Amino acid sequence: MSVVELVRSFRNGVHPHENKDQTEHQSIARMPFGKKFILPLSQHLGAPSKLIVKAGDIIFRGQLLAEAGGYVSANLHSPVDGKVVAIGPRRHPRGDLSTCIEIDADPFSSQQVHLSPTTDPLKLTTDEFVASVQTSGLVGLGGAAFPTHVKYKLPEGKTCVHLAINGCECEPYLTCDHRTMVERAEAVVRGICIAAKVLGVKKTSVGIERNKPDAILAMQDATKEHANIEICPLKVKYPQGAEKMLIKAIYDIEVPAGKLPLDVGVVVNNVATMSQFADWFDEGIPLIERVVTVAGTAIERPANLIIPVGTSVREVLEFCGLSNETQQVIMGGPMMGIPLSSLDVPILKGTSGLLAFTEAPAGHNATLACISCGQCLEACGYFLNPARLAKISRAGRWEALEDFHVNDCMECGACSWVCPSSIPIVQLIRSGKGALRELKANKEG
Amino acid sequence: MIKKPIQLLLQTSPFLRRGITTPRLMGEVILATIPVIFAACWYFGMSALLLIFASVSGAMLAEWFFSEKNVRGKSLFDGSGLLTGILLGLTLPPGMPMWMGFLGGVMGIALGKLVMGGLGQNMFNPALVGRAFLQAAFPTAITTWNPPAPGGIEAFATIRESNFAAPFMQSSADAVTTASPLGLMKFEQEPTSCFDLLIGNTAGSLGETCAIIIIIVGLIMALRRDFDWRVPVSIILATAVFSAIPWFFKPELYATPWAMVLSGGLLFGAVFMATDPVTSPVTPKGAWIFGGSIGILVVLIRLWGGLPEGVMYAILLMNAATPLIERISQPRVFGRGKVAA
Repeated sequence: MSVVELVRSFRNGVHPHENKDQTEHQSIARMPFGKKFILPLSQHLGAPSKLIVKAGDIIFRGQLLAEAGGYVSANLHSPVDGKVVAIGPRRHPRGDLSTCIEIDADPFSSQQVHLSPTTDPLKLTTDEFVASVQTSGLVGLGGAAFPTHVKYKLPEGKTCVHLAINGCECEPYLTCDHRTMVERAEAVVRGICIAAKVLGVKKTSVGIERNKPDAILAMQDATKEHANIEICPLKVKYPQGAEKMLIKAIYDIEVPAGKLPLDVGVVVNNVATMSQFADWFDEGIPLIERVVTVAGTAIERPANLIIPVGTSVREVLEFCGLSNETQQVIMGGPMMGIPLSSLDVPILKGTSGLLAFTEAPAGHNATLACISCGQCLEACGYFLNPARLAKISRAGRWEALEDFHVNDCMECGACSWVCPSSIPIVQLIRSGKGALRELKANKEG
Repeated sequence: MIKKPIQLLLQTSPFLRRGITTPRLMGEVILATIPVIFAACWYFGMSALLLIFASVSGAMLAEWFFSEKNVRGKSLFDGSGLLTGILLGLTLPPGMPMWMGFLGGVMGIALGKLVMGGLGQNMFNPALVGRAFLQAAFPTAITTWNPPAPGGIEAFATIRESNFAAPFMQSSADAVTTASPLGLMKFEQEPTSCFDLLIGNTAGSLGETCAIIIIIVGLIMALRRDFDWRVPVSIILATAVFSAIPWFFKPELYATPWAMVLSGGLLFGAVFMATDPVTSPVTPKGAWIFGGSIGILVVLIRLWGGLPEGVMYAILLMNAATPLIERISQPRVFGRGKVAA
């Protein structure tokens, strides 16, 4: 590979301490099944799923529990053999109460999946393929949990030229995609072949940051026979895993503001989503479990675990040895994850990591005056002016936020990370966005 | 396994911070002034320390006196007042009475920073406000230059009596005074050797004479990202390019571009004054406009203005233009062609 390829990246961005050494060489292991499972009907982007079981039903692992509640929605399957004991409001990791299916696992079940492969995906028409993916309940496993099938239904008049596979894993601490690429490279490549065939793209690029040399090697090995799959080592930078940044890094294309990657002919999927393609089409396993990185200073035995969706966070953390001194637990990565207010919440389809810390890593620095150092401008991948947006938001001049394109912000938090005065920049932008939305809704309504 | 219930701390993402704070940035700049202070002591003896001490005490006292009680401790120790004092001290001529340096420090902090609302709100560089005040109030004292007397304990211990002049008394003229390299060039067309300018063996303000140290310190700070490197680079480039034109046509009358860059307060101003983040544009494009304009103004004032030196006024003028520059230099947003101002 040439030098030019080695330094491919997007402009700006930051490089937080990676902290991946806790788990990056830990093989993926399976966590023992828990006793109780909580499955929220809303754990993906879009409409919540519609229930098709009721309390008291005996269910088996892989059985459909709730159907997609619309086109942008996903099916929900049971992760275990057991019994639906209740359906009702339970604590969601977001913090609010949400309708959930509560399942007691059958303690005598072997939890073997009794499923058979679906039809050969390469023989399906696009519509059949999209329907099949929706049936599998698959959502993007990178964190946003966007229903995957939607990306494969190309709107009238749009063509897909590039398939970009996201193996950046630019969030610190997380290594689940890294391990998936190392240990399941064959399955990832199998998934890529299916996806590329359905989309009709000639070439697929897999973006992997250079701090994962073993993943790059494994993927290069697995794609030796596939001339149409290119492995792109990328510079280590956050937020490279963001779709638009990844497209810029790999193809040097800027997706216009307010448009989707498909508008420039690109579909982006995560590596874990690809391996899930292989699991679904070759073995018939719907999305009922996923790899989760469990790490952080409060974890005695950091690990990458295959965890059934719906498992309680408390069980996972206790399995990995949670310190009594734990102060903060984060679901997802430390840059864009969500803080947990309770440990009695379930692992979701989109949960890529569980991080527990004995001391809040952000610290408690007092906010100082903005000294206009401009470092947030050099951090922002969208070339926004975060300092200005934060000032406008603090002043409550919501309408002025739009002049500085507040809605282009992806809330990656690079500005807050870099700010020497500890100004909660992205937090101010977030609240400003919310206020602006409300203001507009009131005007219309 | 878990005995007591865990109290979870709720914050919003991101949960990580880089950990480089504003006081630490200030601290790095203060550290960077130490080699410059050493050079000042080498050439001008303990006058350097006396004057810096005077302006720092003025700045800190004003910071303490004019701050609200509840923020007093905080603003006193964020390092910005100390830095202002040091920078002001380094821009004063060696024979300046200490009481004037003290007054400059008070004025710089009080008028330059606190009346505007404190750190982050000030429009003008506080150290330069202090110096501009002194220039207006004591035009003779601030343009009276002593020749350098490099080296040795003896040179260091030599006392300039004018440093100790009592407030508002006519200070007895110091034994030896001389013209600065810029003055020599402007009024007598007498160039100073670039080597002397580089190592600092010339008359001038305390911290500005030794170009080589400022360049090295500036490079280190730029690499450590203590300031926006575009500002000093554009100032130096603009000064060199713009001063090359008259020099090309009349080399006997005008200074060479390299002498223009190395002499006077240009390097010191470019590295320590114009880079003050608060008073320079936050946008990358704006930094180029800001620095380029300073360079052009410096050449205009030096060559065709009444004063031999113009770095201070050039920077202060562009400080005033900073909000406007920011307005026209908003970055182009990703995925958008043009940006509304």
